[in-house]
Amino acid sequence: MKLIAKDEYCSGCRVCQGVCALENFREMNPSKAALSIEGLFPSPGKYRINVCNQCGQCAESCPVGAIHLVNGVYLISKEECTGCMLCVDVCPLQVMISHNSMVTPIKCTLCGECAKLCPREALVLEN
Amino acid sequence: MINGYAGTILRVDLSNGVVTKQALPEDLVNDYVGGRGFIAKMLYEELPPDTDPLGEENMVIIATGPMSAHFLPASGKTHFGSKSPATGGYGDSNVGGHFGPALKYAGYDVLILTGKAQQPSYLFIEDETVEIRPADQFWGQGTNTVEKMFKEELGEDFQIITIGPAGEKLVKFACIGHDFGRQAGRTGIAAVFGSKNLKAVAVKGTGSIPVFDIEALYKKGKQAFEHVFNKPGFKGWVPEGTAGITNWVNMVGAFPTRNFQTSYADFHEQINGKAIVEKIKITDKGCFFCPTPCGKYGKAKTTSGSAFVEGPEFESIALLGGNLMLTSIEEVAYANYVCDELGLDSISAGVVVSWVLECYEKGIINATNIGREVKFGDLDSIVYLLNIIAKREGMGDLLAEGVKISSEKLGHDTERFAIQVKGLEWTGYECRNAPGMMLSYMTSDIGAHHARSWVLGHDIAGAGKSVHDLIAGGGETKKLSKAEVRGKSKVVMDSQHLRPLFDVLGICRLQFMEIGFEVEHYEELFYLITGKQRSWQELLQVSEKIWHLTRCINVREVKGYGRNYDYPPRRFYEEPIPDGPNEGNYITKEEIDLMLDEYYEARGWDKNGIPKQETIDRFGLSSLVQSRES
Repeated sequence: MKLIAKDEYCSGCRVCQGVCALENFREMNPSKAALSIEGLFPSPGKYRINVCNQCGQCAESCPVGAIHLVNGVYLISKEECTGCMLCVDVCPLQVMISHNSMVTPIKCTLCGECAKLCPREALVLEN
Repeated sequence: MINGYAGTILRVDLSNGVVTKQALPEDLVNDYVGGRGFIAKMLYEELPPDTDPLGEENMVIIATGPMSAHFLPASGKTHFGSKSPATGGYGDSNVGGHFGPALKYAGYDVLILTGKAQQPSYLFIEDETVEIRPADQFWGQGTNTVEKMFKEELGEDFQIITIGPAGEKLVKFACIGHDFGRQAGRTGIAAVFGSKNLKAVAVKGTGSIPVFDIEALYKKGKQAFEHVFNKPGFKGWVPEGTAGITNWVNMVGAFPTRNFQTSYADFHEQINGKAIVEKIKITDKGCFFCPTPCGKYGKAKTTSGSAFVEGPEFESIALLGGNLMLTSIEEVAYANYVCDELGLDSISAGVVVSWVLECYEKGIINATNIGREVKFGDLDSIVYLLNIIAKREGMGDLLAEGVKISSEKLGHDTERFAIQVKGLEWTGYECRNAPGMMLSYMTSDIGAHHARSWVLGHDIAGAGKSVHDLIAGGGETKKLSKAEVRGKSKVVMDSQHLRPLFDVLGICRLQFMEIGFEVEHYEELFYLITGKQRSWQELLQVSEKIWHLTRCINVREVKGYGRNYDYPPRRFYEEPIPDGPNEGNYITKEEIDLMLDEYYEARGWDKNGIPKQETIDRFGLSSLVQSRES
């Protein structure tokens, strides 16, 4: 499974961020989402969606080996993570999120809820 | 902690830099709920006597509601309030986008700005950190330019509200810009920002908002979004957004044309929603958590200039298109961009410019007065006028006062076609054969604005037709007979309670009005968010109370206020519509008075439109009113 972002369909509503934080933390707080939306305005007038493509660079960079590949998804082991945030620095898409309320970073678990609720079909979960 | 709310009122005194964080009072929440309710209560209670709208003592109140920033469709509305420089009375305006949610996630339901900064400044808010910072590099810049500068300096996660040059120059219809093309446009609150030397507010919030039942809200919220996806309006509305109503408004002879000289434009198909999609649109652009984006962002190329611009939405199409006789969507969009960048409300600016053009046509103003030849349909003339207004250059200094004051000073019977009520310019619906809508404009608390009550559909098609039904219904232009003026009070009052209730709750009414998302969902969502069982009917009663309170504010703040502030311009009751579907139709002065008599009676106001004591008592406003009187 892979989460595909289709920038050209995005309207910047950020429902994906809301549902991501709710699914993973049961909090009303889109800043805890593991994906981001950039508005490219005034020019060229488009949105860019940044989502995790499970490239694994976070796992490679982790000094304590706390990020594991499980069924094609890189997941953070909270027990093993020391909160050094090195993975946040190396993430090429800047979707490893460091949040001031948390010791460990936030990472996409490929749950697919964002794709289910995107009103624009700008996020799609594909095999 | 109060479920649904961030829990704090943030007060910033720009004169001395003192920042105060006050716990949100439980009784304020219970009695006034949020948004517009908070604003009306605080303005009534806290505005010093005889406040000059552009003086240090005036307040700007920026308020979210209990449902703002929560998990339901289109929960991103933010309400602004102040003593209006345009009307001298109660002023408010709201904006979509993402600012209010960011403010709330930063921990604040309400931001209150008072005093005056010593130098051009902006307010920086990042969660607990609140700082007044110098804004020299932003001063004089246009709204989109400033927003881009802020994003580069502070980062994408900051949400920005900013004024343009017009706000700095205290133009009385200056607007606040946000999110590269959305505006809190009405009642001149950007001029209050300018008077306080405040260019912008930048906010980033990373906190969580407490929710009564987060598990149930998550489940219900998902169902709510999926429910909207299946509404006919979902697919019908999105392609053109608000611009999709243009054809229908023109077909029923309600489209402002040539400074409201007539109500039908034969070039409407060149400036409608379809034209936007075909000629300028790049992307749909949505507000916070909105599944049905009204925003149509694109690029307009004209001989006067080219620009990226959001819109034009219906109001700008009406007031800059039909009303100024701009006959291509590119020209309308470019005029819209000029308004946005200068920080001018495109509605009021359209009406002021159309009034100037009619004065010019009639020979009351000439090229020497105004600085060049100007005419309807000429984009260069319009861009020139917008610029001299925003910079208060030459005659622009007078025009910047709005069409009421400009016409009073110019004389020559130009008040007759100065299209305003209470000092606020009229919006995009010509009403000489739409009595309910006419009464809506006349009695709107902020002046001639459609968002308080919109009953044009009822006037034309009777009860029960949603906006989506009207647009989808099609039809042909035909001659319309004169409408009945009696019995309009109830439908207008119901709308005056219903539409502003969304401004109280802090969410967008369009999901309900245009898409057909049902009221019962809001009742349930309100409960899951706040833990308070309040029926929709009960919330409507709060909205009704607020309506009386804003009237009390106007009565107190505007000397001699009463019935004489509720009349439309004389054009609307002295001149029959000259052509189009409503040719020959108009509403007489006697009929206007009859509608007002009926309305005041139904409201519990006296014949001069002043709320009676028994009405103030009935809505539980006595102690508030007495506390100020003593």
